[in-house]
Amino acid sequence: MSVYIDKNTKVIVQGITGSTALFHTKQMVEYGTQIVGGVTPGKGGTEVEGIPVFNTVAEAVEKTGANASVIYVPAPFAADAIMEATDSDMDLAICITEHIPVLDMIKVKRYMEGKKTRLVGPNCPGVITPDECKIGIMPGYIHKKGHVGVVSRSGTLTYEAVHQLSEAGIGQSTAVGIGGDPVNGTDFIDALKAFNEDPDTEAVIMIGEIGGTAEEEAAEWVKANMSKPVVGFIGGRTAPPGKRMGHAGAIISGGKGTADEKIRVMNECGIQVAETPSVMGETLIQVLKDQDLFEKCKTH
Amino acid sequence: MNIHEYQGKEIMRDFGVSVPNGHVAYTVDEAVEAAKKLGSDVTVVKAQIHAGGRGKAGGVKIAKNLDEVRTYADEILGKTLVTHQTGPEGKEVKRLLIEEGCDIKSEYYVGLVLDRATSRVTMMASEEGGTEIEEVAEKTPEKIFKEVIDPVTGLTPFQARRLAFNINIPKESLGKAVKFMLGLYDVFVQKDCSVAEINPLVTTGDGEVLALDSKLNFDDNALFRQKDIAELRDLEEEDPKEVEASKYDLSYIALDGNIGCMVNGAGLAMATMDTIKHYSGDPANFLDVGGGATTEKVTEAFKIILSDENVKGIFVNIFGGIMKCDVIAEGVVEATKQIGLTLPLVVRLEGTNVDAGKKILDESGLNITSADSMAEGAQKIVELVK
Repeated sequence: MSVYIDKNTKVIVQGITGSTALFHTKQMVEYGTQIVGGVTPGKGGTEVEGIPVFNTVAEAVEKTGANASVIYVPAPFAADAIMEATDSDMDLAICITEHIPVLDMIKVKRYMEGKKTRLVGPNCPGVITPDECKIGIMPGYIHKKGHVGVVSRSGTLTYEAVHQLSEAGIGQSTAVGIGGDPVNGTDFIDALKAFNEDPDTEAVIMIGEIGGTAEEEAAEWVKANMSKPVVGFIGGRTAPPGKRMGHAGAIISGGKGTADEKIRVMNECGIQVAETPSVMGETLIQVLKDQDLFEKCKTH
Repeated sequence: MNIHEYQGKEIMRDFGVSVPNGHVAYTVDEAVEAAKKLGSDVTVVKAQIHAGGRGKAGGVKIAKNLDEVRTYADEILGKTLVTHQTGPEGKEVKRLLIEEGCDIKSEYYVGLVLDRATSRVTMMASEEGGTEIEEVAEKTPEKIFKEVIDPVTGLTPFQARRLAFNINIPKESLGKAVKFMLGLYDVFVQKDCSVAEINPLVTTGDGEVLALDSKLNFDDNALFRQKDIAELRDLEEEDPKEVEASKYDLSYIALDGNIGCMVNGAGLAMATMDTIKHYSGDPANFLDVGGGATTEKVTEAFKIILSDENVKGIFVNIFGGIMKCDVIAEGVVEATKQIGLTLPLVVRLEGTNVDAGKKILDESGLNITSADSMAEGAQKIVELVK
């Protein structure tokens, strides 16, 4: 078991003929992901890397039976691409594209209300279930199959956490990058819920950063509902207020969204928060040991 | 992206949102000329900088005649204003807004922001105009009213009316206040604003509803379709290093420490700053080189870091995903040679092609301290800049 994706997930790549998309398509295929098709309007009927290209998502789904889409479409057209995937009733749409205008994402969220598709991202590294399916841009080789779920707003910090876990012999069930934008699809609570229900996940590490109150809300949810241990880390303790720290969503405004406040609430809700990013793995391992889960989670 | 008050008011005027008449002036003579053109009894001379709190800092003056306009314009132009938003170094005033005065009856607050919890635009309004809205939110949150806006319908008249009633806009001005709010929402969505704040919004003796101030910020990601807005960018209001970095698609923010940082990924870049601080060091900047760094980009990043004379050492922290470690290593070596870097340099590489990357650094013959983890790298650079 795992979260959102596994070896049976059939994936199409929207914007497959772009150079970034093509590079990562090859990487995903190499990892073993079932890439069954691609979509680039106007290039239907052609093939890239032996993968059939279609003009529309609807056609790609009809011909390939795909149930997930990964989107590399450039920012001005990405919102439309997400809606197209949604219109075809995909189970999952993972949007890697960054710099999508906020007002576009507000419309997308409204459009997706009540529809079947789960959106992950935008501006995210994607989702990976080690040894089964990798959808996105993360380096596959650092991941090991196991029982710890990872959910994060930051790409490179996810790699950092996964690397620390793998080095320590702790594999991962699934790693979900929810992205650094202020308006996104899957949030911490969605991912935590999924990990809570996944019989193969024993513990979760959640990585947040300054800006907004998603971590605080997630912490409250953990306190009320989560039956598995959660540890955390918050980036940006030293970030100055009023400055956007790279990610569109990483900004302390009007005194809201500080790291200290997030850490305070997480601690209050029983989430151990790593003091520095270098000890995310250690912090989790200590909690696993305290709760007698270490042996179960030690995979290699 | 920020713009000046007078520019914001011009945009609002184009959308039929009522603002006082006024003109921009770059010199004292232009200021007097503008006041003559307005011909009002009272003229307001307002400093134009990208920061709030100008009134308290002496950047807003009421002139009763043209001589006073001249005196105040002369006094404010070229003055460095220090407000709670400028930092201690303040900002020099290079432009003035010369505006007709009005007979203020009451002051209110109206603002549009993104509400992240609902993923919707929200209009906020309060009777407590003229004061910082954060202060109102903290002390008297019950005095702030909110309407969450459905993007399909936009702000509806009933929502605007509800806000206007809630903040006690006088009956005779109600229609105008509603029109104002609806117009402001139009500006927000059609111009891709990230913030539209009117503080104060005023009602006047003759029942008018006017924006006395205007703060419009725009979504950087939408500037590709807002060419006219992009042209309003005033580079003099921004940190020159940040401007330079943006040319190379580098995300850079100046801080006041002495350890320059070069990192890939925004989250890791923040975490690197935090780690340096944890070991009692002080980061000089936030710098995310992004996923597709080339030798040229790395070189530019080094140059920008080094243009800050407080920098006493550099910490490069890379977790290669899309970015390959050998590429970044080549960039670091090339840049170090080109610039003739003499400051201590600590490099931590991990991820894709890490061994090839480390080999390039080792064989370069340059004085580079390598580190195996972020914590080790941070400790080493903190030690080296002491």
